[in-house]
Amino acid sequence: MKSISIGDFFKKYTMILALVVVAIFFSITTKGKILYPQNINNLISQNGYVFVLAAGMLCCILTGGNIDLSVGSVVCFTGGLGAVMMERGANMWITVLVMLAVGLLIGAFQGFWIAWVKVPPFIATLAGMYAFRGFSNVVLQGFTVAVRNEQFLKVFGGGADCYLPDLLGGGGLNRTCLLVGVVIAVLYALMTLRRVSVQRKMGIAHSVTGEIAQTAIICVVVIWLSYKLASHKGIPTVLIWIALVLLIYNYITQRTSIGRHLYAVGGNEKATRLSGVNTRFVYFFAYANIGLLAGLAGILNLARMTNAQPTYGQGYEMDAIASCFIGGASAYGGTGKISGVIIGATLMGLINQGMSIMGMDANYQSVVKGIVLLVAVMFDVLSKKQKR
Amino acid sequence: MAKILLEMKNITKTFPGVKALDNVNLQVEEGEIHALVGENGAGKSTLMNVLSGIYPHGTYEGDIIYNGQVCKFSNIKDSEKLGIVIIHQELALVPEMTIGENMYLGNERGKKFAIDWNTTYSEADKYLKMVGLTESSKVQVKTIGTGKQQLVEIAKALAKNAKLLILDEPTSSLNEEDSRALLDLMLGFKKQGMTMIIITHKLNEVAYVADKITVIRDGTTIETLENHGPEPISEERIIKGMVGREMTNRFPIRQGVKIGEVNMEVEHWTVHHPLYPERKVVDDVSINVRKGEVVGIYGLMGAGRTELAMSIFGQSYGVNCTGTLKIDGKEVKLKKSEADAIRHKIAYVTEDRKGNGLVLSQSIKVNTSLANLDSLAKLGVIDQDREYAVAEEYKDKLRTKTPSVEQLVGNLSGGNQQKVLLAKWMFAEPDIMILDEPTRGIDVGAKYEIYCIINDLAAAGKSVIMISSELPEVLGMSDRIYIMNAAKIVGEMPAKEATQENIMAAILKSGRGE
Repeated sequence: MKSISIGDFFKKYTMILALVVVAIFFSITTKGKILYPQNINNLISQNGYVFVLAAGMLCCILTGGNIDLSVGSVVCFTGGLGAVMMERGANMWITVLVMLAVGLLIGAFQGFWIAWVKVPPFIATLAGMYAFRGFSNVVLQGFTVAVRNEQFLKVFGGGADCYLPDLLGGGGLNRTCLLVGVVIAVLYALMTLRRVSVQRKMGIAHSVTGEIAQTAIICVVVIWLSYKLASHKGIPTVLIWIALVLLIYNYITQRTSIGRHLYAVGGNEKATRLSGVNTRFVYFFAYANIGLLAGLAGILNLARMTNAQPTYGQGYEMDAIASCFIGGASAYGGTGKISGVIIGATLMGLINQGMSIMGMDANYQSVVKGIVLLVAVMFDVLSKKQKR
Repeated sequence: MAKILLEMKNITKTFPGVKALDNVNLQVEEGEIHALVGENGAGKSTLMNVLSGIYPHGTYEGDIIYNGQVCKFSNIKDSEKLGIVIIHQELALVPEMTIGENMYLGNERGKKFAIDWNTTYSEADKYLKMVGLTESSKVQVKTIGTGKQQLVEIAKALAKNAKLLILDEPTSSLNEEDSRALLDLMLGFKKQGMTMIIITHKLNEVAYVADKITVIRDGTTIETLENHGPEPISEERIIKGMVGREMTNRFPIRQGVKIGEVNMEVEHWTVHHPLYPERKVVDDVSINVRKGEVVGIYGLMGAGRTELAMSIFGQSYGVNCTGTLKIDGKEVKLKKSEADAIRHKIAYVTEDRKGNGLVLSQSIKVNTSLANLDSLAKLGVIDQDREYAVAEEYKDKLRTKTPSVEQLVGNLSGGNQQKVLLAKWMFAEPDIMILDEPTRGIDVGAKYEIYCIINDLAAAGKSVIMISSELPEVLGMSDRIYIMNAAKIVGEMPAKEATQENIMAAILKSGRGE
């Protein structure tokens, strides 16, 4: 069995290393402020929508580098709709269901044009981007509508008290949070152990040391994160939603037939169609699905802002797209993973926050983000080129 | 002895982990046609890439001596300046552009900011005439056929003042007629003093045009054969050098042939072209295949064979498809769905494995399971352990050479890719397998293995339809042969009665409209 060379190591973990370098850079320039518990907490709650949208965007990108430009507008539209409904006294859960359903419907509508009429996704969703920005204005009639439904805010992580209650009580550290972190780390370690033993039984060659190192790092990060959050106020509720979405989509992309079909269509559409896969449905699924997630992001965003404005959600689609590409998804489709998306989104969030803490001009922040995107994709392209 | 135009001395080229070329020597005399043969992955293309400067000087060891001078090319432009021009296997023409624009792409006439179109087109026309094309150079490339496009490639090379022309599998996408025309053109160039190197898998072509044949195996030169005598060199002799042993049988013998009942019947099958619906690409075709039988469909490229096969397979090609399809004597309602065809136990193994067959960016495992993923999934969740086991099983069964089934298909050689493609369709458990050019572009050894797989399939009671444009293959493998020409079936004969002559006669007869 051949060991992994240093070059291969760098290729595989380029973005993780970049994340570490950026984190070190900002902890020096902000004198460690960026790693304060509250800042880490903010990093998560402020970027919740990016994680959720990027999970959906990844599915679209996998089908062949197709993107959805409409999600920012859809987030705004569903948010506006929800705010207006709750203002008129609608039940919170009904409102949530309506928001999700509307998101799904919008996605399905766009998916129909893309999958069956073969309108290029870029155009179909560009149309959606304009149209739903307009509809947001119509729904809100140009005003800001505040959300007063406390329960809604609590469940979806907005307002003041958006943390899981500390069931174990006691002192400055949130013990529940710490416990959850440890339990997750242990569960993850056990799952890896089981997987490795199954693979060994089946005689699949694998570098066990690499596997152990990877697991150890992830466990340490999880426990470290839970410690940081525990020293603030505990687990922000939005983190539960993010984690749920990421887990589900990791499962969908890696373990299910439809997930496999997303990759296959992006890799070779014709071959996939001739293998009896309904490729049109695959496109439809990707776009209907991101509509649903845009609905969820609309909910999370509404809760975080505690109000809806017709300007919300602008540029969200770009954040999601950038996260996918920074996370190693191919612009031609067929490759990319949720784990990459997590890294991509975290990197973007970290840079945003680091620059804000440093007090950098907002305009330059945008410039830096652009450069990071370019460099990240350049690395990806170059590292793939070197293979031959 | 004529002057040596090119000598490549002790060329060694290593890629990370592999020695692609190991002390390769090649001597090409001025004015000869030199054939380079070898199995896939033997290093032929690598050698030519070294010669043309795609792998620049310094990345390999050894010397290139051209016209008595040691050359150190750092890119293709350098080698082209000296008249070494390579024509790659895949056509590199822009379909939307005219022939003339294509020929001078990157080599534009006139000034940098003012292209001289008059010179471009008049010069282009001159070279087109030299390769025997009557088309105007102002015609868009997409409007002419593949055979003519290949000639345009050659004209483009001539326009670069080629003295040494390298042709990498120039006939792989041409039909027999166009291939012969191309080879004759090469012989014509030879008379005018041009030197050529041809890389090809088709040994009959080698015997026809080449003066000398250099055999490469596993990155080393095995031998250089002369082909001067009155009798052309025998294909068996070349194969011996390529595979390193005598191949007594190019086709494995079928054991225990048991031909059963008619499994699939296609009657009065007519298919129209998807873009020009008034054109019939398959015209009133009736064929049938029995259980355990290998039926060969022989026809030249463009005869409508692929179109016939794909239209049977869930109408994946064509429009206004009419006719009846019976499976086990029962008529099947026609649906435009590949999934429906697979449900009826039909499989179509495409001729274009990279374009239509495999997802190159995914692993062997993923490709193997793709056409029958449902059988491995419960409620849409894939049982990955079983999937792995299945991929392993087929890897062993078909003897696919790979370190692991997690290997990306794009990294495999042509023959192994073809095995993965076959594995995918075998796993879909069809009763009827339509194999479209199953051995295209793969080497002799791998071909033999594919033939063995086909025999095994038939022995297991499957009905096999094998489409091929290689006559020896059709004659060697089939129980029964259909001959297809210009959208029609023009002949049917048991393999025992079939010979090269009467098959060609059937085609010629139909061509005259009798």
